[in-house]
Amino acid sequence: MTVNGGQIGAEVADRTLLVHFLRDVAGLTAANVGCDTSSCGACTVLVDGQSVKSCTLLAAQADGREVVTVEGLASGPDEMHPMQQAFRAEHALQCGFCTPGMVMAAVSLLAENPSPTEDEVRTALEGNLCRCTGYHNIVRAVLAAARDGAAAAAPALARDGSADLAATERRPA
Amino acid sequence: MSILGTRVVRTEDPQLLTAGGTYVDDLRVPELATAARATFVRSPIAHALITGIDASAAHEAPGVVAVLTVADMNDLPPPPPAPEDGGGGGEGAPLPLGGPWAEPLLAVDRVRFVGEPVAIVITDDRYQGEDAAELVSVDYEPLPAVAHADEALAGETLLFPGTESNVAVTIGSAGAGAGDSSAFDGCDVVVERTIENQRLAPVPLEGRAVAASWAGGKLTVWVSTQNAQIARFILAGALGLDPASIRVVAPDVGGGFGAKIGVDRDGLIVAWAARHTGRALRWAETRSENLVGMTHGRAQRHAIKIGGTRDGRILAYRLDIVQDTGAYPRLGGFLPFLTSLMAVGPYAIPQVQTAYRVVVSNTTPINAYRGAGRPEATAAIERAVDLFAAEIGMDPAEVRRINLVPKDKFPYSSPCGAVYDTGDYVAALDKVLTAAGYTELRAEQARRRERGDVLQLGIGLASYVEITAADAAGGETARLIVHGDGTATVYTGSSAHGQGHHTAWAMLVQSELGIPMANVTVIHGDTDLIPEGVGTYASRSLQLGGVAVQRAAIDVKEQARRVAADLMEASETDLELDTELGIWQVRGDPAASRTWADVAAHAGSKGLEASANFTEGQPTFPFGSHLAVAEVDIETGKARLIRHVTVDDAGTVVSPLLAEGQRHGGIAQGVAQALLEEMVYDSEGNPVTSTLADYAIITAAELPSFELLSSETPTTINPLGVKGIGEAGTIGATPATQNAVIDAVSHLGVSHIDMPTTPTRVWAAISAAGESGASQ
Repeated sequence: MTVNGGQIGAEVADRTLLVHFLRDVAGLTAANVGCDTSSCGACTVLVDGQSVKSCTLLAAQADGREVVTVEGLASGPDEMHPMQQAFRAEHALQCGFCTPGMVMAAVSLLAENPSPTEDEVRTALEGNLCRCTGYHNIVRAVLAAARDGAAAAAPALARDGSADLAATERRPA
Repeated sequence: MSILGTRVVRTEDPQLLTAGGTYVDDLRVPELATAARATFVRSPIAHALITGIDASAAHEAPGVVAVLTVADMNDLPPPPPAPEDGGGGGEGAPLPLGGPWAEPLLAVDRVRFVGEPVAIVITDDRYQGEDAAELVSVDYEPLPAVAHADEALAGETLLFPGTESNVAVTIGSAGAGAGDSSAFDGCDVVVERTIENQRLAPVPLEGRAVAASWAGGKLTVWVSTQNAQIARFILAGALGLDPASIRVVAPDVGGGFGAKIGVDRDGLIVAWAARHTGRALRWAETRSENLVGMTHGRAQRHAIKIGGTRDGRILAYRLDIVQDTGAYPRLGGFLPFLTSLMAVGPYAIPQVQTAYRVVVSNTTPINAYRGAGRPEATAAIERAVDLFAAEIGMDPAEVRRINLVPKDKFPYSSPCGAVYDTGDYVAALDKVLTAAGYTELRAEQARRRERGDVLQLGIGLASYVEITAADAAGGETARLIVHGDGTATVYTGSSAHGQGHHTAWAMLVQSELGIPMANVTVIHGDTDLIPEGVGTYASRSLQLGGVAVQRAAIDVKEQARRVAADLMEASETDLELDTELGIWQVRGDPAASRTWADVAAHAGSKGLEASANFTEGQPTFPFGSHLAVAEVDIETGKARLIRHVTVDDAGTVVSPLLAEGQRHGGIAQGVAQALLEEMVYDSEGNPVTSTLADYAIITAAELPSFELLSSETPTTINPLGVKGIGEAGTIGATPATQNAVIDAVSHLGVSHIDMPTTPTRVWAAISAAGESGASQ
């Protein structure tokens, strides 16, 4: 499959979930597992441009498709995607665990509806749970990103096709 | 101008937004390169004897390294002896009771709640662990389950052999008919009611997670915790190790809300198993495990009695608590102490009585959950005040205004034993009433009632005072180093899990020293680097850990002054620090200046370094008022929060952005308790809300944007003037929202609905009131 613009292939057990493929094989640990009922959305990524809960898809089902994770939205901490910038400016994250999924869901929302109302944002994010922010600033961030034309920023693919997936910047543990 | 009090965006965010945090399960450190996976075998039965465990099939399963049960735990110290007071618990006894109430690690010969760890399976990968755990055959001989507090009190089945009842702690004159009724003698009106403060699941988005490695006589444990140092203390005691041989690391932590204080039983088992097998291990629980294995919160029943005069003066209040502490008395035994301490809330009520019993049941143990005993106190008194107001036919805002502790009475010694430091409770109430347009809201409510609308309007109030840094004397540590290149490093004992310490502590350093935030690195949560510390809970971080950072900065500044004097050949008294530019200069001679790099480099090997351990003389008492507006569909019972207006005064605000974020999150959790959330057990002790498909975490679609008003009444207890803000939201929002829902249907004869005010309950309350009204 294509992940954040780079090709990645591996032989994995047939039951391997896409989220575990991304985390354990591709080395992209931003998408998190927050539940086992497809309720929380912490694992949300884009597959062929659609937001998908990657705990609900087998890696094999993403074979040959184009996957974008939050690591693929920006080329680095200094060049964030407008949605990431809006999340920071509006303090739309605290512990950060839901954030990668929330950002991807928000990017997907604006791709479908570039000028949502507050109610539309709230409804669209219903499948992404956050326990820290009360959603107040997340909603503000999405509305601010919409005002700033974030929908025009193509969902991701900031990297070129030769991107090294494992090179995603990590803090030392 | 100081950076304090300004809207600074977080330094944490770029990493979290572009690459994600490094939570325990994300760690790719060398020590864990070949780590195996730990998977628990948990009890599926609430109460049973274990008559046999057959792990032979599991041993044969693919990838299995080991299957461990209590029989393998032959390398542990004996459990702590019974306390000398007989295990009575009570004040200052937050740790497990021990003695006959002792909680094992892996189950010994019986299980006491669904989810209790019975065995641990070690496999090469996570999927193999799921498979192998299912092959462990455990023989259970079921015992009658004590599923709820009533059955616990009845005592027909005892959880712990060697005890005489399921009541682990009794404080005061508790139970029906107890208490001094003469306190209510002068009252025109007395209202009594029993209300439930239901059991909740904390549900941090990251569940519990632990990784552990034993190498070279040293145990390294990475744990998703609020307190690395407390975790190390607990690990040392449970595993019988010298604390110096343990390193605990708290990497990024995906929320805690009180349920990640220290390290709990499951984490201890993983650490033990790593040492026992010599294999590095990883464990990150599933959500289904989390909802039964991580501690729950609240779970109190309140018998309230309130009395006063017909002109609105409250004269007496009694709160009698039954705390269901679940299967083992952990911190749950301490929560009703805090509830009792804060029982009277912000009101000047002369006669107050509190009493409580802590009972065990065959359910998940209870621990702190955002507010930890104080939301329960506020929920009880705020319902009581509304019931009293309804009984005397007075506006609930007016009853509050009459009874709030007046501004000129601070410091105020409450009859419950707390000393409220500073406050202006009436101003907080009036501010929300004005901002919300209270009079117009009441008029709109009247119009809807007059028209008989399907969507009725409810206005709910809650005035509160709460206690933060309840363990003020425990203090917090900080160490600050200014390096030779002019950058600074802060080592803090206060361990962040979303609160934004990295940003706030850097703001404090910049404010005090003029070293730009970008040049300040904040390090927390590693016991090798920070052996002494307490961590983050009880809304204590800024007022203890933050002030400790400020103290260390002041100390460094004075050291730097001496060094700069030597460097610049000037008198110390002639030197001044320009905190805008971060330079030292000779007063009256701006041309002669030195940077922090110059001064720190000149300090040589002595360096510029200071440590501080700041303790407060007493806790601080934030206060506020919340006003909730709810719409209730009286045909379906569906309640919806449409506005929420709050004053949350926590003293001086260092970071408005972070403080508002804390309020937002707390409000959402409070609203969730009022409207949606409940951890439910059936009569056999089976949890029936053990996935996120069943347990109703509140979503964006169920909340409005919040209307936050600012108010800052500094405390005199610490030099920053700050109080805690982390738990205000749940404390104020829960009763305000509950009161709003009840208020929406009060004209139909409804005086109370227990939380969560689900459509079923609201509809049933309306129906019952209608039938009761029709029969009169």
